[in-house]
Amino acid sequence: MRLDLNWLDYVILGCYFLTVLGIGWLARRSISSSLDFLLSGRAMPAWVTGLAFVAANLGALEILGMAANGAQYGIATAHYYWVGAVPAMVFLGIVMMPFYYGSKVRSVPEFLRVRFNNQTHLLQSVFFALSAVLIAGVNLYALAIVLEALLGWPLVVAILVSAALVLAYITLGGLSSAIYNEVLQFFVILAGLIPLVVVGLHDMGGWGGLTDKVTANKNGGDGFLHTWQGTGVGDVTNPLGSSWIGIVFGLGFLLSFGYWTTNFAEVQRAMSARNMSAARRTPLIGAFPKLFIPALTIIPGLIALVLFPKLGADSGQYTYTNAIPLLINKYLPNGVLGIAVTGLLAAFMAGMAANVSSFNTVVTYDIWQTYIKKDRDDAYYLRTGRVFTVVGILIGIGTAFIAAGYSNIMNYVQVLFSFFNVPLFVTFLIGIFWKRMTAWAGFSALLGGTLGALATYLLYKADVVTFRTDLEETFWGSGVAFAVASVLAVGVSMFTQPKPEDELQGLVRGIGATDLNAGELVGDSTWYRNPLLLGGIALGLSVALYIPFW
Amino acid sequence: MSDDSSRDSAAGRDPEIERTEEARSSAASLFDLRRIIGGLFTLYGVLVLGAGLFDGSNAKEKASGLDINIWTGLGMLLLGFGMLAWMALRPVDVRAVQDEMDESDGRSAGTAEG
Repeated sequence: MRLDLNWLDYVILGCYFLTVLGIGWLARRSISSSLDFLLSGRAMPAWVTGLAFVAANLGALEILGMAANGAQYGIATAHYYWVGAVPAMVFLGIVMMPFYYGSKVRSVPEFLRVRFNNQTHLLQSVFFALSAVLIAGVNLYALAIVLEALLGWPLVVAILVSAALVLAYITLGGLSSAIYNEVLQFFVILAGLIPLVVVGLHDMGGWGGLTDKVTANKNGGDGFLHTWQGTGVGDVTNPLGSSWIGIVFGLGFLLSFGYWTTNFAEVQRAMSARNMSAARRTPLIGAFPKLFIPALTIIPGLIALVLFPKLGADSGQYTYTNAIPLLINKYLPNGVLGIAVTGLLAAFMAGMAANVSSFNTVVTYDIWQTYIKKDRDDAYYLRTGRVFTVVGILIGIGTAFIAAGYSNIMNYVQVLFSFFNVPLFVTFLIGIFWKRMTAWAGFSALLGGTLGALATYLLYKADVVTFRTDLEETFWGSGVAFAVASVLAVGVSMFTQPKPEDELQGLVRGIGATDLNAGELVGDSTWYRNPLLLGGIALGLSVALYIPFW
Repeated sequence: MSDDSSRDSAAGRDPEIERTEEARSSAASLFDLRRIIGGLFTLYGVLVLGAGLFDGSNAKEKASGLDINIWTGLGMLLLGFGMLAWMALRPVDVRAVQDEMDESDGRSAGTAEG
């Protein structure tokens, strides 16, 4: 397969990157301090940070991976969104954000330093830097697959060219331009995916035609059209291979809450908001587009299931990951084709840039400034930040080749989440709600949880323990991490001294008042901007969306 | 530093300060995201709509019989114009935002000390 791009498609692609680099260049001229560079001076309105919040996650991996899941598992893929992402985003906005924004920390590890101790902070900074570059590599690889398939470039060239583009726009403008670009990307991605879904559905004879064809397909069947059927404990017949407990607790509570509430690439978007109200609304506003994104990823997956019966075969040129590129090739004429290719390239940029800019923040401020070179001037750390951006991208090129060694990158990513995000989430949650939790309890929960998930993964790989699917392993790995971290958090607290209460002001629920109205602008207290109401509506919608796909 | 506050009242008349405020205001307007999205989508809308009007039956056949370039082009034009119109009707008031932010910084610093 080789996409037939003409001059018009290249003009569309070119205009996009000229705009993106132009914003970066202009942003650089107006950026003064290093905090500006890294958090965009906390001056963004909520609709900008909210869309950036979703766009930072809407990478090539999300689009290709979720369409692949749609072809492999059917509509049950919607669990990633409706029981996973959306409730987690609501939880972040309502419960967690007051602690993050109110304590004015620049990064998630920094919060750990104030709540626990330096050792916990350093451990998490290193874990974080590691996971950021591993996931940056996955994003880089995902896009290189697209470039390889769409433009005919060899994989190595595609990886290097993509890395150079990301480097150019981050170093030219920093996060300020990254957030702008992400919102722009969000619209371009939609402008590419919506026509693809419309044409595909029209070709299938509408939604009814598609469901008939999926039911009749030998790789599909009725199970592909339901979300909760066949998920009974002991009677698992659904394509995901998991019971409702695994879905709700593993995928929903542990993996999704862990990812959305502690991944700094995401949280950083909300920290750029101009006040507490806007920071809390950031993930809540992001939840609304997120509710409907499955329509743009799962439907193409189902169409690909019908059109390309060899997609999931063990032998053959294409895997599930190729669903979207194959459909673009089949359906889109020049013009919209250029938009869709630009959208995919843009989506990749969103993911990779988010990983690299959060890597740069954590390494510069949490490791370099805190433990290696203290008390230098602002310009020094600004320069250091730029150096680490380059370093992050170079390591990302290396980890892209690690990711290339996995047959299913989506499962690889879930494994990384179970290592890094779940233990952090448990540590956070207990630390925020239980003032008795001690500094060393935080350290041991974090370390023990990660080792627990790692051990589960290694035992699975060594065939000592078995699971139905790779996805199921990630649910269990997360469960082990959760159990180990909780036991250590409580156990170690029993034998160590808690921090005095006056050091926990604004960090633990119930100690000191977090000012929920800090920096409120005129109109922020309007009823339709109330976080509880916005969150409630988002949760209600995600329950309602399940009803037709029971 | 202490006499900064007494100079504040004269700030509006100080040509130096006025110039920086103008620069900040034009930078904010240039950086208005609505201008960037609006501009790019208007351009894309024209290009894609144009492609839809002039491409042959092959393109239509590929897209399962839909004039997908025309519809997408129109949609993108609509979004582009919408963003530009929004910006024209509700421009960013840099000075007001700046004042409110200064004020809120002062307030939160006060709570921390108190």
